[in-house]
Formats: sequence, structure tokens, C-alpha cells
Amino acid sequence: MYTTELQKTASLGATEDPERLAAFEARVAADEFIEPKDWMPEAYRRTLTRQISQHAHSEIVGMLPEGNWIGRAPSLRRKAILLAKVQDEAGHGLYLYSAAETLGTSREEMIEALHSGKAKYSTIFNYPTLTWADIGAIGWLVDGAAIMNQVPLQRTSYGPYARAMVRVCKEESFHQRQGYEIMMVLAAGTPDQKRMAQDALNRWWWPSLMMFGPPDADSPNTAQSMRWRIKRETNDELRQKFVDITVPQADALGLSVPDPALRWDKARGHYDYGEIDWEEFYAVVRGEGPVAKERIAARRQAWEDGAWVRDAAAAHARKHGRREAA
Amino acid sequence: MTDWPLWEVFVRSKGGLSHRHVGSVHAPDAGIALRHARDTYTRRMEGVSLWVVPSAQITASDPSDDAAMFDPAADKVYRHPTFYTVPDDVKHI
Repeated sequence: MYTTELQKTASLGATEDPERLAAFEARVAADEFIEPKDWMPEAYRRTLTRQISQHAHSEIVGMLPEGNWIGRAPSLRRKAILLAKVQDEAGHGLYLYSAAETLGTSREEMIEALHSGKAKYSTIFNYPTLTWADIGAIGWLVDGAAIMNQVPLQRTSYGPYARAMVRVCKEESFHQRQGYEIMMVLAAGTPDQKRMAQDALNRWWWPSLMMFGPPDADSPNTAQSMRWRIKRETNDELRQKFVDITVPQADALGLSVPDPALRWDKARGHYDYGEIDWEEFYAVVRGEGPVAKERIAARRQAWEDGAWVRDAAAAHARKHGRREAA
Repeated sequence: MTDWPLWEVFVRSKGGLSHRHVGSVHAPDAGIALRHARDTYTRRMEGVSLWVVPSAQITASDPSDDAAMFDPAADKVYRHPTFYTVPDDVKHI
């Protein structure tokens, strides 16, 4: 899972020491990694804190659309696989929260920002999962898009974020393959099953393309993030790569990508694709996605329902501590 | 004479890599532990950053319980991408 940078980057303050700033810029330009105790400009710290925490929130919220299918998975095998995937998403959220904490923001502050609705997360999770085929489409397309985004982040300039991405990428591969396998089974199944697979592709295709964020021309943060090596490829470059590798995968399934403008451009060596509905994207970013309220309500409910576990752990630690001291 | 406390030493060999455990030193406080660690483990430019952690502060799993400890992962081959068959002509997945 992944989120693109969804808020405005703070501009570089005039207060930074120009000598330190120049030394920092030179290190980053030389592809050196920045580590938590290194000096960094405040705007770099803020941009990364926001990006990593948004990424963490996306992993956590990403458990919700899939989690509600665990009990309805069509076989024990599928249930075990989906459970393992959702566990991985929780793990990825934890790696990322830990990386963000090295920048000086506490876990509590980040969770609070998510629950209050202040923090953003990937727009993709504000779409509903209506059928079992959606679980296939999410693994194939949404995790596929996430991998496309995350692979270059293994070389992002901030060490703890880069190292978290190495772990995440290694684990993510099974997510995409299990999704594609679900799609293969449905696409080769009864006419109803094939229709279900096509319907899921129809609904998830465009939101998956939106996951890469606004077009480069409307992405004012990209230049700064590229210069600081926070980002290594632009939104449009990654989106094009995703389209180029995913269309043949759809063909192999015998499903059609819901874009009448889609065609292979021999001269460019890439697929041309139709206009993305950016109005829809910005509406979802603003929190108007079809199930945005439901997702945050479910997340808060899960947090509140888990209170007794946290209380019990704290009580156990107190009791254990007393016994050890005695 | 009583030994000084033991400190575990971790070295980051270069920027971007994790600190890795390399060994331990005895020292009366954290500052001296860092200097001892430098002189013991990084005499040949082995690192760009050092951590020292009081050994007593490390909680370790019990090796005699390792079978039970790590058992939950043993029967979950489906956590690996190779568990899933994707046709050879489907690329990049």
C-alpha cells in the first residue's frame, strides 16, 4: 500500500543556516543517506514526517476494506492468505510509524491526527469492496501500484524510510500474486465469475491510476522532493510504467481495461491512456470518497474496542514489575 | 575488583545501512563505553556511527523455547510469493 504526498509542502524557511543547508544539499545530491541524528532543514523533516506518516496511515486504513472479507473468503486457503496479507499491512504500518518517529513526532500524535481526520491517507481506500473479486483486483492493481511506487523509495534519501521500504517491498510481492491468482481463477470460471472479475477491474482501474497522485504539471511538491531525493521518479513516470506492465496482464486474464482511449503507441513505446477524472481525485482527497466516513469510523471503533487489551497489558506490566521488584 | 558494566556495541558501516551488532565492551558510563567501542571495533574505518546499549537492558528470547517461539511462522508458506503460480508469459508480477 502506498500514499502519495497529498498536502502542500512547507516552503523552505529563510531561517536555515545557509552553510549547513548547502552542505546538506551537497550530501543529498551525492546520493548519501540522511540519518536521524544528522542535521536536516526543517522543511525536509516536515515533508518526510508527513509523507511517512501518511504512508503508515494508508497501511493501517488499508486493512479495513480487506479485513471485512476475511470472514467471507470462499475457502479456508483464501481466508488464511487474506489474514496473512492483512497482518502484513499492520506490520508495514508499524515499520513506517517507527521510521516517522525517528523524525521527532510521537506515535500518539500521528494516531490522533489519523483519528481526528486531520491526516491524509491514500485515496484508494475510500472506495468500497463490493464483491470477492475486489479482493483480487486490490491485490493485483492496488498492491501493484504500491510496489511501483515503493521500489524507488528503497533508495529515498532518508535512511530509516529507505530501510522500511526494503522490508515492505520484500513482503509485498506475495500480495500482488495472490490477487492475480484470484483474478485468474475468476476469469477462467463461470460466466458469472468472469463478469464479477471484469466488474472489479472496471471499478478499480481508474482509482488505481489516481494512486500515483496528480499529474506532474499540477504537482508543485515534486521538484523539491526530487531534488531532496525523497522521491526518485515523478507521478506521471510511475503511472506510465504501471499502465505499460498492467495492460498485458489484463490481456492474459482475458479481461478488458475500461478505457476506450487505451492504445499502444509504437513511436513512444508506451500505452496512451485516457483522461483521468481529477475532479473525482480531489474530491476523494478532500474526504468525499464513497466510504471515507465509514473507514475512519471503523478505524476509531477498532481503536476503542482494543482499549481493554491495552489496559490489560498495562495492568500486567504493573503487576509483573511489582513482583520483579519484590 | 568488580567489572565495569557491560555494553553491547552496534556499528553502522555506512550511511543508509542499519547498525549491526559487533560485540561488547566494559565501561563505567555511556560516554566511556562509546570511546572504548570506537577503539575496539572501528580502528580501520569500519563505521560512520556507533551505538552502545547496556547489556542488562537487553531482553532476549530463550533459546530452549525457540521451537515454540517461532512455530507460528512455520506452516505459513503462503506468505511467500513462490507459493502462487503465475503463467510464464505474464510478466512483472
